[in-house]
Amino acid sequence: MFYKLILSITLCFASLMVMGQFENMAVIKGGSYTPFYGTDSSRVVLNDFALDTYPITNAEYEDFLGKYPEWNKHRVIALYADGNYLIQFDENGNLLPGENPKAAATSVSWFAARKYCECNGKRLPTLDEWEYVAMADETTADARTKTTFNEFILSWYEKPKTSSQSIGTTFKNYWGVYDMHGLVWEWTLDFNSVLISGESRKDTKKDNNLFCGSAAIGASDLMNYAAFMRYAFRGSIKAKYAVRNLGFRCAKDIPAN
Amino acid sequence: MIHQTKSREILISKSFLLFFAAVAILTFACNPQPETAEQKIPHDNATIKVEGKMMADMSAPPYVPAPVGNRAAKNLVVEMEILEHEGTMTDGVQYTYWTFGGTVPGSFIRTRVGDEVEFHLRNHPDNKLPHNIDLHAVNGPGGGAASSFVAPGHEIVFSFKVLSPGLFVYHCATAPVGMHIANGMYGLILVEPEGGLPKVDKEFYVMQGDFYTKGDYGEPGLQPFEMKKAIEEDADYVVFNGSVGAMTGDNALNVNVGETVRLFVGNGGPNLVSSFHAIGEIFDRVHVEGGDLINENVQTTLIPAGGAAIVEFYVDVPGDIILVDHAIFRAFNKGALAMINVHGDANKTIYSGKIEEGIYLPEGGTIQEMPITDEAAAAAKEPLAALSKAQKIEMGKNVYMQTCFACHQANGLGIANAFPPLAKSDYLNADVNRAIDAVLYGLAGEITVNGKQYNSVMTAQTVSDREAANVLTYVYNNWGNNGTEVTDEMVNSRRRTSAKK
Repeated sequence: MFYKLILSITLCFASLMVMGQFENMAVIKGGSYTPFYGTDSSRVVLNDFALDTYPITNAEYEDFLGKYPEWNKHRVIALYADGNYLIQFDENGNLLPGENPKAAATSVSWFAARKYCECNGKRLPTLDEWEYVAMADETTADARTKTTFNEFILSWYEKPKTSSQSIGTTFKNYWGVYDMHGLVWEWTLDFNSVLISGESRKDTKKDNNLFCGSAAIGASDLMNYAAFMRYAFRGSIKAKYAVRNLGFRCAKDIPAN
Repeated sequence: MIHQTKSREILISKSFLLFFAAVAILTFACNPQPETAEQKIPHDNATIKVEGKMMADMSAPPYVPAPVGNRAAKNLVVEMEILEHEGTMTDGVQYTYWTFGGTVPGSFIRTRVGDEVEFHLRNHPDNKLPHNIDLHAVNGPGGGAASSFVAPGHEIVFSFKVLSPGLFVYHCATAPVGMHIANGMYGLILVEPEGGLPKVDKEFYVMQGDFYTKGDYGEPGLQPFEMKKAIEEDADYVVFNGSVGAMTGDNALNVNVGETVRLFVGNGGPNLVSSFHAIGEIFDRVHVEGGDLINENVQTTLIPAGGAAIVEFYVDVPGDIILVDHAIFRAFNKGALAMINVHGDANKTIYSGKIEEGIYLPEGGTIQEMPITDEAAAAAKEPLAALSKAQKIEMGKNVYMQTCFACHQANGLGIANAFPPLAKSDYLNADVNRAIDAVLYGLAGEITVNGKQYNSVMTAQTVSDREAANVLTYVYNNWGNNGTEVTDEMVNSRRRTSAKK
């Protein structure tokens, strides 16, 4: 097993060499914003970074499995992926008939997603990066106060079984990034940095400064509701979980000139 | 003498007792009153031993699992699956429900005091959202919610011992809590006392809930949840068991004369308190708020959101018992109406049936209407796209199910001696303008339909020309009627003609 890990790490670096710099990625101009869980004093500052234009597809993940068979479902280390891992693939890493190769690769654990990005010379986006890009609608970088935008997000939360849809079928946002909302949930590097216990009424009493009381329980505006559901989802998952509606995309730093 | 001595002894012992009692009172007066052994407190139930393990029998509404009877407390395994799926709110209106066990309300859980429940909560892999469960029957953090947060495609197991007898609500408590409840995530768990509840003939499971949709009541299509209305507590639907008509028509509950009926009634909310009432029945016994307190001879019992009641009644006469929220617009305009069909022989002493009826209109038969605004009048003039006959029939059915079916019934047969039939109706087929007028202006007085006399009142219906045309076309093209197609213009011309009168 140890040799395999060494091997996979080596292979990772090998494939790095041939990758283009920011192929199929959108350049996101850094900036600062106040995330949902923050207060005015806790603005987040981000540097420029690049983000995959689309979520990783089943077809792309199939290629990855061909190169790194140790991530096939019957070989993966149990600590790294639970029993739902890759239910759309067979044991040899082939996509099952009837599954859409152009759909987002879901039922992938955080460990697997992180490894995929690593092997492509990238990394998972941070929670703050992901939320920053997700604020944008087609025309504006921060559309969080638009009613229609929030209604669109909320309506997807209510709609089961969208994971088999092809990538690119939702909208292209301000940054040129597709499918941030309306297709699947997505892993982030530090998905569990904001802890929600699931007992949401309790969270509001916690003196953890993550939720000002009004944002959490008194949330009357749709913006907070939409975000709150995202955070609740993230709070319910663990790094080894594989979930039918949870996919991922990768990010990359842009070196300062 | 012996007798005297004895009585003195008794006297002495009595005074000794009195003295002792006085001392006892003085002593205890300073301390809190100790609980006597006779006071049954639920915490005692924590010591009840369980014997063996069994799977809980779960049931979908309106039915409940078999009574626990006098079985011993057990290790009870409950398996509950969470499903998010699309369902029908009312004819033509779809809604995405989030459910415990696939139904609204969720599966009924039946336990007895002392049971140790091993709860398996499963979140279906196709679901979008994490969920959890807060059972009001649980003593512990969040009623179980703190331990049951479960991601899609995963299962959580936790256990609790039920201590207090009664009928309790369970619901999802994941953020945003109101939305999870508003989408249907609630149900009931019953904890029966030692030896079970008294035996009855029929038991049913009824739970009220309020729903908030983007479109107003009856607006067709898949209707998304509307957060703004939910916060303003402005419900579009108030229903029993998750949808309009879940227990009317073919889905009505059935009982027989002479039976005792027990209803386990819950209110999931999220917002509205129910004034639960049975039209044509008096509740003999009500377990107020689902607890130990029993009230008798109750007309309407209040069921708080997140609360429940057990109501019991003996059925004396045949006919329909209508269950409603007696905040009555909810019943007739928002769907909070269910029906129990009682079969059996009449008892004329208890209920005579109609003896005589005439028309009494002290202020004349004029129907009062709200004045029409200029905007509404202008909007009414906008020409509407023409509809095919098939479209009319389909849309007309929705109008019928919302407006007409309570009296004329879903099958158009009406109700004998009260509401005339629309099915194969000679009166209807003879004169289309008369039928249009009946819808627009109502109808009162004696008429003969299919050889039978009716002397009743139909009120004027506040419907648009188009709705009237559609519903009449629906009626004329069903149940053996003559297939007349009524147009918007026909209705409009009757409106103008009659207005000139």
